[in-house]
Parts: sequence; C-alpha cells; structure tokens
Amino acid sequence: MDWSALALSFELAAATTLVLFPLGIWLGRLLAFRQFSGKGFVEALVALPLLLPPTVIGFYLLVAFSLQSPLGAFFQSVVGHTLAFSFEGLLLASVLINIPFVVQPMQRAFEGIPQEVREAAACCGMSKGASFLRIELPLAWPGITTGLVLAFAHTIGEFGVVLMVGGSIPGETKTIAIAIYDRVQAFDDQAAGVMAATLLAITVLALGLTNTLARRVGKRHA
Amino acid sequence: MLDGADNSGLFVEVEQRTPNPLHARVSCQSGRTLALFGASGSGKTSILRAIAGVCRPTRGRISIDGETWFDSERRINLPPQRRSVGYVFQEYALFPHMTVLENVEAAMRHLPAAKRAVRARQLLERVRLAELEERRPAQLSGGQRQRVAVARALAREPQVLLLDEPFSAVDAGARKALYLELAELRRTFARPMVIVTHDFQEVLRFADTVAILDGGKVVAHDTLEQICRRNDLPLLQGMSEPASAFDATVAAHYAERGLTELAFGDQRILAPLSSAAIGAHVRVRVSARDVVLSLARVDGLSVHNQLEGRVVSIVPLDETTVAVHIAIGSATLLAHVMEDASRRLALRRDTALFALVKSVAVDAVM
Repeated sequence: MDWSALALSFELAAATTLVLFPLGIWLGRLLAFRQFSGKGFVEALVALPLLLPPTVIGFYLLVAFSLQSPLGAFFQSVVGHTLAFSFEGLLLASVLINIPFVVQPMQRAFEGIPQEVREAAACCGMSKGASFLRIELPLAWPGITTGLVLAFAHTIGEFGVVLMVGGSIPGETKTIAIAIYDRVQAFDDQAAGVMAATLLAITVLALGLTNTLARRVGKRHA
Repeated sequence: MLDGADNSGLFVEVEQRTPNPLHARVSCQSGRTLALFGASGSGKTSILRAIAGVCRPTRGRISIDGETWFDSERRINLPPQRRSVGYVFQEYALFPHMTVLENVEAAMRHLPAAKRAVRARQLLERVRLAELEERRPAQLSGGQRQRVAVARALAREPQVLLLDEPFSAVDAGARKALYLELAELRRTFARPMVIVTHDFQEVLRFADTVAILDGGKVVAHDTLEQICRRNDLPLLQGMSEPASAFDATVAAHYAERGLTELAFGDQRILAPLSSAAIGAHVRVRVSARDVVLSLARVDGLSVHNQLEGRVVSIVPLDETTVAVHIAIGSATLLAHVMEDASRRLALRRDTALFALVKSVAVDAVM
C-alpha cells in the first residue's frame, strides 16, 4: 500500500473541492438566474470536460503549462518551477476537469428555487446578501453538497489527466490511481488489489453519504 | 375615473411592452381596498409586481403617500428592499426550509432581533396559527399557508398590502373562513390594499374601488357602487354568480326573530342575525337571481325586504334573460329576470318599483 500516494490523492481532492466550492456556487448561480447572450456557449464549455478524452484535455493543459505559454511562463517567473509535473499544475488541471461535476448539480439546485421565493425574500426586505445566505444557500444545499462530493470522489479516481500533466513523481504528483497503474505494470497484483479495493470503498462511501444527506435535507424541505 | 392626483394613498401609472403589453393607471386611498379584476393575462399581476418593485416597467410612476418609489422620468427606481410592501404571492412563496415562526420573522429585519419573536407570535395569533409556529410550510394546508403568507406580509408593517389571487391555492371548504378573515383585515388595515382576482365574487366582498383590466388596459376604474351600476362591461355580464354589493351599517339586532337590520342611506334591509356590533360597517352582497321585481308593494309574502327603487338600466344577457340595475338610495341592486317578465312589467329606465329580497339571501360580512 502506497500511503503517500493515498495521502496525495486526498490532499488533491480536498484542495480541488475547496477551490470549486465558491467557484461552483458562483458559476452555477450565474447560469441558473441570469439570462445573457452566449449562455449556451458557456454551458457547453462547462460540460466540455465530460466529453473530451483525458488525453486531449491533458495535452492542451501541457501546452498551456509550457514555458512558451503566457500562463506557464508567468507561473515559472513567480514560483520558480514549472506548472507541469507539479502539485499546483495537478490542482489546476483537477479543478478544470471537475467543473461540470460541481457546476451542473449546483446550477440545477439554484434553478429549483422558485422565482417567487426569491422575490418574496426581497419583498421581506432582505438584501441580496441576506437572501443568498438565508434563502438560496440553504435551499440549494443538497445540490451543492452533491457537486462537492462528486468532485472529491472524481478527483481521487482521476487517472488520464493526472498522468498527462503530472507524470508520476512520488509525493508530488503520484496519486493513488497512478500508483495502482504502477503496481499493475510491475506485476504487483496484490498491492494493486489492496489499493483498488480501498479506492472502491471510499468512492462507494462518499456517494452513499451524499445521497443519504441529500435525501435527509430534501425531506426536511419537501 | 377616480382622481389619483393627490398625494395620499397609492398612485400607479405603468407602461411596458414585455412580457405582456400593459398601459395602466390606477390609484387607491389609504384604508381602502382596490381590486384589480380581469382575465388571466390582462396585466393584473404585472401591476402588483411593479408596485413591489420585483419588475421594472418601461415607463411610469409609482408613489405612496407622496413618496416616489418609481419614476421613469426622474430615474427613480427603489429596489423592493426599500419599498415597504407586504406581498402575498399567488402560491404564497413561503420559505420552505423555515418554520412558520421563522417565515414571519424573516420579514422583520427592521426590528431588533430580540423583538421579532414577540411580534411574530402576535401576528400568528392574529391569523389563528399560534399553535403551529414550529411547523414547516410543507406540513400546512393551503388555508394555513395563506395565513402564514398574510402574517409575513404584515410583519414588515407595510405601507401597502398586495394580494395576488389569495384564494386560488385554497380549497373551497377553507375559503369561507379565510374570506371572513380577509374582510376583517380589510376593515382594520389603515393603508391601501390591492387585491388581484379573476373572481368577481371576491371583488364584491372586498373592494372599495375596482379597476377592470382587459388586454393590459384599464377599461373601468371606479368605486364599487359605480362599477355595480355599469352595464356596458362584457366581463361583468359573463359572471358565473351574478351579484351586486354595497356597504351598510348595523342598525339593530332582533335576536328573538333571528334578524339583523342594516342601514344604507335612508333605506333598511333585514339580514340573518349577525354578531357584528351596532354601528359596525358591513358589506352586503345579494345574488342577482335572488331579487324579485314588483311594481307595487305586496302583502302576505314571506319576503322581509321590499326595497323601493328605480330602474337604472336594462341590458339583455341572452335571448331570454335581462340584467336590471336598480338604484336604491345610494346602492345599486342587480336583478336577473326573464325578458318576458321585464316586458310584462313594461320595465324601462326610471320605472319605479320594489325589489323583493328574502332576508336569507342577504349576505352581510364585516
């Protein structure tokens, strides 16, 4: 069992979820409540990571991370090492590919709040901030947690993009999924089996927990 | 048309093209109830939404007691948070994750937190929901939800109370009690109240003034008495339960006879015994099918009320029935009679006659 790989996977998943929490709420709410030109295009962009092969996403990320690109060069000049094959690069990649998993359930959750309820909050004298905290957030909460848990579990399970942009540097970019691949390549079926089972258990637990929580909150509101 | 130029009360002039064309001007004095009546899509709710500030008309002006909430020319458009409105939404729009008490408290942001619970409980007491304060909206009946919505609307101590089809989500059984409660609220609420409805029975129950909307335009805007006198409004001729209404005061109770005497102008009418105090104001409603017309006073009848009046107008409703408007003092009664009967009595404008109304057919509500 490669404990450092497992720890790295959790670290990456936690960081990804943390970044996507505000980002997903902002984008999901924007797509749910606002009408603007090009909205369909933005929604397509959000869904893109679901459709493209990880190798394609990984390839473009590597291009963006290279020193020839403005992003890669900027990062190198500020931090002192490249984005590619670093934890930061992995995190950025992970955030991007998880956007649909977070934004879509959150968007649906905000869309599920009746317009009249939001108007009622305004007519009760609630400011936009108060209405967001006291009305929208609690009502959208099941969808928000679903999005976050999906992103967490999906990050732990991600393989293709991680391999493309992170390589397999122990303690830096070698996640549990990569470690399993490593072990299989080395004909160490027993270690691969233990890690695969651990991953399976974590994923089932995470999804089961979300569903239970979402149902409990849903029942309270029904 | 009513004059809305003076400063007191609510004045609304709105114009918009989308989502539905609307060009309307209505007003309502303090302590009075304005009914916006019309078919769906006629623009009633749009006017309410413009008053609350949840949608912005293209042009117009909205003011209350001289305070401007919206003025397209002066580029004034207060957000809903800064307009003191109590809004009862059609489906009530309660906050589903909050208890009844929390729903009411949510509209009390103008009060210090410590005072909110006390005041909210007073309001719940008033709408008879005190024992349900810990329930959530999903655990309430339609009628109870409406009461919570009313309590929440009052919680803000609004300058104007807006009610959008308040009875549409309530089943018929619960409606009667809620009618009485809203009638009481109408009597005690000292500010303008605007009610949107497509049911003329509700107009007759609650309105002091009426604006009839059709296709985004106000086709009539007048006091209820004057509206009841109109015979040129197709919307009113197609009513399912034709009736007329007027205001009266309680003059006397005859408990032993089971009757209450009501006075309007110099006329009197007997109604079933009421619990209202002497001198109390009541709204009297009489179904047009319960009015019998006679050219002379008739003896030996069970009917208590023989009201002396004059024909104001006669309008054919279909091939066999006519609507007769009868002026009785300041009030107007509507009678639906057979065309044949009208011909036999030779009814015409200004014919003096008696309108016979059984006391049991007189519906008086405080």
